[in-house]
Amino acid sequence: MGNILEIIGAVLVLLGSVFLFLGALGLVRMPDLYNRIQAGTKASTLGTFLTLFGLLLIIPEWWGKLVLLMIFILITNPVSSHVLARAAHYIKIPLTEKTVADLLDKEETTYKVNEEIKNE
Amino acid sequence: MKIKNITALFLILLSIWILLNNQFQIEVMIIGVILSFVISIIMGSRITVFNELKFSLGSVFYTIWYLFVFLAELVKSNLDVARRVLTPSLPINPGIIKTKTVLKSKMGRMILANSITLTPGTLTVDIEDDILYIHCIDVCCEDIDKATAAIVNKFEKILVKIYG
Repeated sequence: MGNILEIIGAVLVLLGSVFLFLGALGLVRMPDLYNRIQAGTKASTLGTFLTLFGLLLIIPEWWGKLVLLMIFILITNPVSSHVLARAAHYIKIPLTEKTVADLLDKEETTYKVNEEIKNE
Repeated sequence: MKIKNITALFLILLSIWILLNNQFQIEVMIIGVILSFVISIIMGSRITVFNELKFSLGSVFYTIWYLFVFLAELVKSNLDVARRVLTPSLPINPGIIKTKTVLKSKMGRMILANSITLTPGTLTVDIEDDILYIHCIDVCCEDIDKATAAIVNKFEKILVKIYG
């Protein structure tokens, strides 16, 4: 019984690392910062989840800490990617040429932030 | 209001303590209870995020249901982004669009924005009152109502039941 769980766990860890690899590939292939954040967030969340879950099956005694890790990743991952995207848009990092729409337009705030950066 | 904050903080801290220690000996539990009680008394009045939390059977049920809906969306989003990354022509059609939410509470909006960030090709860039600006990897429509129906509604209809 323990053996089967170990094999399933190993498969899950492998699957998780495949998703993490796809995330890294996305970082290289995507054309601009926003799309890179997209690839980075999504793949790393599921990749880390699968890896931790596989570890849970291999070493069941660690379940508490692993579940805690999953919760913290679930809470912090979207927040950090949202803040990165927001900051990038404020300092007018350009979107890629493929972009079809940009409805977030804040001349005033963007201007202020740019001035602050120039002053430093 | 204050008692609810303290209780929520106490329960969260205690469950983190239990998960971290992973053992149920009486000494460990006593230390955990004392520590989380003291911390939640000190910090309870300053933390306001739990103000909108409701303790009821319905909200617990919908929270668990939401978790399942969310996990399904998470898997779907990963497969979708993985497919786009692997396709040689890189089929993306990105842009920033506007959507609207009916949620009033801060906590509900935060969970909605975080869920959108983690689901199929969407990323919350900014939030202003009830307008969410979302960066889509594949823009479906620039119209605010259609975009809301496509991206926000599936989470919103459950979150409305939890946070009103």
